[in-house]
Amino acid sequence: MIIKIVAIIIGLLIIGLAIYALHAKKLTVAILGAGAVSLLASIMFLLLAAPDVAMTEAAIGSGLSTIIFFYVLNKIRKQNG
Amino acid sequence: MVKNLYIILVLVGLGFMFYTFADGFESADKLNPVAERYAKQGPDEVGAANLVTAVVVTYRGLDTLGEVTILFLSAAIVAFFLKVTYGEEEKRQTRSVSEIMQTAARLLTPAVFLLGIYVFINGHLTPGGGFQGGAIIASGLVLMLLAKPNMKVSHTLIHVVESISGLAFVFIGVLGILYAGGFLDNSLMGMGTLGSLLSAGVIPLIYIFVGLKVGAELSNIVAHLQESQNEA
Repeated sequence: MIIKIVAIIIGLLIIGLAIYALHAKKLTVAILGAGAVSLLASIMFLLLAAPDVAMTEAAIGSGLSTIIFFYVLNKIRKQNG
Repeated sequence: MVKNLYIILVLVGLGFMFYTFADGFESADKLNPVAERYAKQGPDEVGAANLVTAVVVTYRGLDTLGEVTILFLSAAIVAFFLKVTYGEEEKRQTRSVSEIMQTAARLLTPAVFLLGIYVFINGHLTPGGGFQGGAIIASGLVLMLLAKPNMKVSHTLIHVVESISGLAFVFIGVLGILYAGGFLDNSLMGMGTLGSLLSAGVIPLIYIFVGLKVGAELSNIVAHLQESQNEA
C-alpha cells in the first residue's frame, strides 16, 4: 500500500517536472528538470522491481545525458555569438 | 488559436489510444512459455544467480553484441562530426571550481570507478552488469571533468581498451563455436557452484570485457565533447 502511494507521488512529480522543463524560461533549468525526471524514473523502476534498468537510467539518463546536454548547449551558445 | 486546437486534438487522440490500452489490460498471472523455460532451466543450464544476466549474455548474447556495436558506432559518429583542433594551447575560460568540489572529486572518483568495476564483475550474482558498470565508470570520468574542466583525457588509452575488449568479446564467442555448443555459449569454462564469484561459465569474463568496452565508448563521447568546447 505504501509503495503504491509512493509510486503515485513519484509519477505526479515526474509529470510536473516534465511540464516544468518544457515551460522553463532558461535552457539550463530545463536541462536540470529533464535530469530530475530521469532520476525519479530510476526510483520508479526500482519500485517496479527492475534494479538493472534503474541502474542504467540513473547512470545514463540523469548523469551522462545531462552533462552531454550542457556541453551541447555551450556549443550552441558559442555559435550564436 | 488553430495551433492550440491541433495540440488539443493530438492530446485527445493520444489519450484515446492509451485509454484503450489501459482498458483492455489484464495483468498476467503466470509467465509466458519462453519466460517459464528460462526461469526453470536457467539456473541449471547457465548457472547465473541473476537470471536477467543469463538471458542477456547467454540466451540473447547476439543481441548484446549488437547493442555494443551500435554504441561503438554512435561513439565513432560523435568523434567524426565534432571539430577538434589539436595542438593549440589556448585554454578554455571556465569559472574556477570550488575547493569543496575538487576535494570531493579527488576522494570520490576512485570509489566511483571501483563501484563500476564491482558492478560488472558481480554481474552474474547481483543486479547490474557490463552496461551498467561501464556507464558508472563513464560517470566517474564526468566527475573528474567537472573538477578539472581543462583536463586532457588520453585517447590512446581509451582506444586500446576499447579495441582489445571488443576483440576479446568476439573471440570468446568464436571459441564457443569451436569448443562448446555455439556462438557465445557459456559452458566453455566450468559452471562452478551457483552464487559463487567464479560460476556461470564465461559470463564473468564476457561481462568484464563488455563493461570495459561500454565504459571506454561512453568516456570517448564525453571526452570528445569536452575537447570540442573551444570550437564554435
